[in-house]
Amino acid sequence: MSLEYTSSEMMSVTAARALENGMTCFVGIGLPSEAANLARLTHAPEVVLIYESGTLQTKPDILPLSIGDGELCESALTTVAVPEMFRYWLQGGKVDVGFLGTAQIDRFANLNTTLIGDYKAPKVRLPGGGGAPEIATNAGEVFITLKHSKRAFVKDVDFVTTLGFGRDGKGRDNVPNIGKGPTRVITDLCVMKPDPETKELVVVSLHPGVTREEVIDATGWDIRFAEQLESTPEPSENELTILRELKARTERAHAGE
Amino acid sequence: MAEFLSLHDAVARYVQDGATVAMEGFTHLIPFAAGHEVIWQKKRDLTLIRMTPDIIYDQMIGAGCAKKVIFSWGGNPGVGSLHRLRDAVEKGWPCKIEILEHSHAAMACAFEAGAAGLPLAVFRGYIGSELPSVNDQIKFIECPFTGERLAAVPSVRPDVSIIHAQRADRQGNVLVEGIVGVQKEAVLAAKHSIVTVEEIVDDLNAHPNACVIPSWAISAVAVAEKGALPSYTHGYYGRSNRFYKEWDAIARDRDTFTQWLDENVYRKEEKR
Repeated sequence: MSLEYTSSEMMSVTAARALENGMTCFVGIGLPSEAANLARLTHAPEVVLIYESGTLQTKPDILPLSIGDGELCESALTTVAVPEMFRYWLQGGKVDVGFLGTAQIDRFANLNTTLIGDYKAPKVRLPGGGGAPEIATNAGEVFITLKHSKRAFVKDVDFVTTLGFGRDGKGRDNVPNIGKGPTRVITDLCVMKPDPETKELVVVSLHPGVTREEVIDATGWDIRFAEQLESTPEPSENELTILRELKARTERAHAGE
Repeated sequence: MAEFLSLHDAVARYVQDGATVAMEGFTHLIPFAAGHEVIWQKKRDLTLIRMTPDIIYDQMIGAGCAKKVIFSWGGNPGVGSLHRLRDAVEKGWPCKIEILEHSHAAMACAFEAGAAGLPLAVFRGYIGSELPSVNDQIKFIECPFTGERLAAVPSVRPDVSIIHAQRADRQGNVLVEGIVGVQKEAVLAAKHSIVTVEEIVDDLNAHPNACVIPSWAISAVAVAEKGALPSYTHGYYGRSNRFYKEWDAIARDRDTFTQWLDENVYRKEEKR
């Protein structure tokens, strides 16, 4: 049986499957939020979703447009002040996984959401760090999801807003009280994981129908593939139905306001 | 005790040219009415502090109120760029502005330290980030007990903080509900504070652990009905996601923005 689905849906479903039931997840807005809520609505009903606006254990019916939508607060177990969120819950070590998006990522999974070009004379000014710099170091591990393109996947990011493994892959070595860092990167083409030794990202799984050449063409460095390259399992009918319903509900809600 | 003032009088009294101003509200309860009043009174050379500058600072920057912005995430949430902020940073329109950028954790801790009367905030942050290389207000210190290297930033101590809340009672005590962000910290960290509210009530009906800011910790309370729109006020009205999306096109172009400002802030305010 073969279902019809888009590469974006493949990405969201694969990203959702990365979350295990019962995990505590600090969720970034956008694609990570879509994936985390899909996980909650499918295989991981007890996943605990936390957003930096202070909303703890939230169960939104529609995806938030902003990190502080009322829906997040209304469906949360409780809402705490933002300093408490970052100090007690994140820095205090209560978060298993940080789920992040990014504008740029490099071979050592460093993230850039600050700017393209030079800091003093930027070509493109991006929003900045937000919660990511501390989510990436204080969460137990980090999942990253974004669309695959040469503009996004660069050999070296223009600016390290948020630590992956540093510019030499050793940025977490001998640092006390720091999380494992990025353990997987989920794109619309494949899944990557850091090499256990060098920490350079390696493709471990190709999505159905995607070729190695497509991944090479969309990556700004000489990307390596795992010896045991896997094929990512296809989305199930249930996952696709729930994802589409979630997105349709979200669109209706945001168009009406 | 907080003084009940009109929004015009509160801003005129407490927001001076050149002041350091924090207008907080984490996506929720953003004090837009107060922001428009600051624009209308043509305040200049302000240092604007906000974790998420949002549309409110985009408008104030485009109107020429700011000389410096201290922030940690400068986008239009869920939509894209803040075009007026970018135009000021990249092209110096309508005036050059300086930016100082942090992470959310740093700013949240800095507000909290300001409220606690401390000169600095200490936290486990900025590890491996290059932000410290472009912001000289980020330093590292060694824990005197464990030797751990920790990040330090100066506390936030604004001349004036402005927030919006659901309601005040007749004594000027204020109740903040929903996503409370760093609003209480912002008020307590500042020399002066203005709180705009949806309404004045006889009794706040607050449960024992509610976020209540006592009247004696606030300089002025001003009624501003729908004062957070297009942001929202939990329990009163929803966020206008539509306006946030529309703002992208309005703010992208200097002329369109100027016309919007004219029609929606300058002329609208003149009619009152």
